[in-house]
Amino acid sequence: MAILVIAEHDNKHLKPGAANAVAAATKLGSDIHVLVAGSQCADAAAAAAKIAGVTKVLVADAPQLAAPLAENMSAQVLAIAENYTHILAAATGGGKNFMPRVAALLDVAQVSDISGIESADTFVRPIYAGNILSTVQSKDRIKVITVRMTAFDPAGEAASAAPVESIAAVADSGLTQFQGNELTKSTRPELIAARVIVSGGRGMGSGENFKILEALADKLGAAVGASRAAVDSGFVPNDYQVGQTGKIVAPELYIAVGISGAIQHLAGMKDSKVIVAINKDAEAPIFQIANYWIVDDLFKVVPELTAAL
Amino acid sequence: MKILVPVKRVVDPNIKARVKADGTGVETANLKMAINPFCEIAVEQAVRMKEEGGVDEIVVVSIGVTQCTETIRTALAMGADRGILVETTLEMQPLAVAKILKLIAEKEKPDLVIVGKQAIDDDCNQTGQMLSALLGWPQATFVSKIAVAGDHADITREVDGGLEKLTVKLPAVMTTDLRLNEPRYVTLPNIMKSKKKPLENVKADTLGIDIAPRLTTLNVKEPPQRGAGVKLADVAELVNKLKNEAKVI
Repeated sequence: MAILVIAEHDNKHLKPGAANAVAAATKLGSDIHVLVAGSQCADAAAAAAKIAGVTKVLVADAPQLAAPLAENMSAQVLAIAENYTHILAAATGGGKNFMPRVAALLDVAQVSDISGIESADTFVRPIYAGNILSTVQSKDRIKVITVRMTAFDPAGEAASAAPVESIAAVADSGLTQFQGNELTKSTRPELIAARVIVSGGRGMGSGENFKILEALADKLGAAVGASRAAVDSGFVPNDYQVGQTGKIVAPELYIAVGISGAIQHLAGMKDSKVIVAINKDAEAPIFQIANYWIVDDLFKVVPELTAAL
Repeated sequence: MKILVPVKRVVDPNIKARVKADGTGVETANLKMAINPFCEIAVEQAVRMKEEGGVDEIVVVSIGVTQCTETIRTALAMGADRGILVETTLEMQPLAVAKILKLIAEKEKPDLVIVGKQAIDDDCNQTGQMLSALLGWPQATFVSKIAVAGDHADITREVDGGLEKLTVKLPAVMTTDLRLNEPRYVTLPNIMKSKKKPLENVKADTLGIDIAPRLTTLNVKEPPQRGAGVKLADVAELVNKLKNEAKVI
């Protein structure tokens, strides 16, 4: 039996996550199908066919699938679910939205946000904001799984593209209507896929002050993130949030500026390769997990660092 | 309209959870417990909607041990009207919770179910979505704005790159994100008042549904700790370390 991976995309390009979920799938078996459900999504399907390890791409292409509404996405997965032993998606905003529906409708558990695979039915997942790793076993007939992206390096590019096959699209559920979206426009890399991240916390004092982080980020080719405290204070939008209930990241370099280091924030970034912390409070808990830290005024240190690079 | 709000009792989010000595589970004995923060946002949302008018009743439900009545009382003190405890000592996993909530929703017939997006103990982020699927009701997860207009609601939800706007038919299931509201503090007079509000007790094993856990926890452990870092004097030293030691810039 094969393994199904659901790819997120904007109908043209794949979003970060699909290649990580395929990487996780390769640890479970060798026959890996990718579902691309969308509208005029041939380019996204072609991109999925080039992920190493993929043996077949299934495309459901219809106007009602243009926006990935949870009701329609879960119905589309359900239409083919019984052909698979495992159904995987990245634990992104999209995967979290529709995958539990798939599990419920199949009457199986979902294993959320796995960071390790022990065997075909045993998985490791972080709980309590990543302070504890739990190893769980599922005896359900189909395993529905979301994958923590940072725990699985994305699969590379295949030498030759896998075959692409059309499947029937499900009808619109009629329950929910897509009205539009307001996406943050940025020339910087996406937070969840960035090699370097510069994050600000409550210590930034205002949204205006994030400009000094943006200048540093632009010098480093980095994404800009924030702690929940900075989001709560209204400094930056919620999609900047790194942490237990925001985005989970693990870049090569994470620079935490004016962030004290609440466990909820550490949960989202403590697997970063190198962590730098800049904070004027010498007792800040963030220093306990930082590789390098400077105890000083961030408004002095950050511009100096930007100038020195 | 009527709003149903499920609430979960969890270890206080300010406490760092520890592994039991034998590695079989998480040590929760004698720890301070609290209402899950996202459930608290859900209760707050329902209470605000009632204060704005148009909501007749807010029913809160919690599933678990007897002490979950404390969590229900917190919600009642915030302004909910009535509580239901579905009592069980079984480990409750999201699918079982969703099945129980489906039964309650079918009996109570709410126009809206507002669920916390995620519990901060198991970090599953599943229950609302599962409930929506089992009921066949529309779903709006991670919402930061809800505007009810007759037989539907216009909502704004948090997505990876920003915001998304949906119109959902009612009844619907919604899950709360951080920016939906900031929950109020519970006052002593309201705590006293909450003790007079009705609280029904239902035994989970009388519901006639399969709520046995589907996932078995084989072991739990603490993640590997990061090595100790070093304090640096200035930016020059930092740039040097990043270039020559860590080699990340």
